[in-house]
Amino acid sequence: MKHLLSTQELTRDEAIAILDTADRMAEVGQQSVKKLPALRGRTVVNLFFEDSTRTRISFETAAKRLSADVINFSAKGSSVSKGESLKDTAQTLMAMNADAVVIRHGTSGAPQRLATTGWIDAAVLNAGDGKHEHPTQALLDVMTLRQHRANLTGGETQGTDLEGMHVVIVGDILHSRVARSNMWLLTTLGARVTFVAPPTLLPVGTQHWPARIVFDLDEALAENPDAVMLLRVQRERMHAAFFPSEAEYARWWGLTPERLDALDRAGATTAIMHPGPMNRGLEISSEAADSPRSTVLRQVSNGVAVRMACLYLLLTGDDAQ
Amino acid sequence: MSQNAQTPGTPAETGETRRILSAADIDRALTRIAHEILESNRGAENLVLLGIPRRGFPLAQRLAAKLAAFDAFDPESSLGQLDVTMYRDDLRRSPSRVPWPTVMPPRGIDDATVVLVDDVLYSGRTIRSALDALTELGRPAVVRLAVLVDRGHRELPIRADFVGKNLPTSSREKVRVRLSEIDAPQDRAQPQADAFDEVVIEG
Repeated sequence: MKHLLSTQELTRDEAIAILDTADRMAEVGQQSVKKLPALRGRTVVNLFFEDSTRTRISFETAAKRLSADVINFSAKGSSVSKGESLKDTAQTLMAMNADAVVIRHGTSGAPQRLATTGWIDAAVLNAGDGKHEHPTQALLDVMTLRQHRANLTGGETQGTDLEGMHVVIVGDILHSRVARSNMWLLTTLGARVTFVAPPTLLPVGTQHWPARIVFDLDEALAENPDAVMLLRVQRERMHAAFFPSEAEYARWWGLTPERLDALDRAGATTAIMHPGPMNRGLEISSEAADSPRSTVLRQVSNGVAVRMACLYLLLTGDDAQ
Repeated sequence: MSQNAQTPGTPAETGETRRILSAADIDRALTRIAHEILESNRGAENLVLLGIPRRGFPLAQRLAAKLAAFDAFDPESSLGQLDVTMYRDDLRRSPSRVPWPTVMPPRGIDDATVVLVDDVLYSGRTIRSALDALTELGRPAVVRLAVLVDRGHRELPIRADFVGKNLPTSSREKVRVRLSEIDAPQDRAQPQADAFDEVVIEG
């Protein structure tokens, strides 16, 4: 693997290698010295053209735990606001000998362009591009799901896929790169995906996706899925009237206390996932977010482990014949 | 660490294969090493065994069972596994590897006599990585090294304290250690616990 651009192109074996490595990396977080020397002397550039706190901090923590040097670059307050092109920005960074570029960009395909045009020879990691993909988010979600199942069965996570699991993803499928990345990765690993969304928040062409689409959240939850993932209502992208009001959205597509009760009464083992940041009271109620089913904080710590695994696998073995 | 996972019984691609140690030889060597460890440590007090994946760990398990039989050694609290992948000096030059788990013994390694266990001692670079990994996990009183086979060609000033078999080799040859815990075919019922144990030289 030279780049990590999407989960659609990841094979099952590559995904499991990343997940197994991430399990090892998570153990480092428990150690007294939370540092590994694997990437000493390497430079990782965080190139963020879009606002992000948790993904950037997560990548920064991951790189630092592997002893890499980290350069943070955000478009605000940089030459990009003076009109510098992606190519020039990238080549400037390359002149500083970056070994890996972690890029978030508002335009779908920007990481692909960076990786395939020959502007730079560093490894490119997609940290979210437009409405396309956010592969490390899907990988950390899958890592969380693997742990969820292992906790329930008392089995091992090592080497396992998600065969037979059922994941319900609720919310703004139209704008969500998290939903797309998760759909591809979950399908590759043998899980079943159900999307639940208002019809206005579904893109055109979903019939070609390996996912079932339903419009009724209660119907999807009644199947006691292994996990329900609530997508953030992206207020910054809600320029059109996709739903009448936030209260109506919460009632129809939010994980309300009533729906949480219904899960408890059914004795379901459903985990509640959210990529964050949460809009409490909108797509997820506080009761659900703080319930024992919630894996939100586990997802955050898994995020560091997954990003360590990706950086490690992309930045080692690069000189091998 | 022998990385080329070859199925047992597969003949070498080129050249001949010589069997150096049989299952019984391996068992006798481990018995002797166990006695030597107890002798040098004057008993099993403060003794910790750390196997280096992959094949160092099953060897450490077998040594631990012998130590427990000969003396008051508790494998539950004093046997662990130490992965050294992230500390290697050839991470860029050899293909990416997925690390193995590191399992610390419950008693910890501080002030202990730690015996590192590996299958083959060759360049010494794996052991160098292991020593680096150890310093991040604690501060043992003494660190010793036990290996099943010492094949020479050291590239670093490292030597083994306990050796199963000194094996003069050419650097063109490959030394393969096969242990039933790892190399037995999974689908077949095992006639004997150590039926697939052997050390061979190929090439």
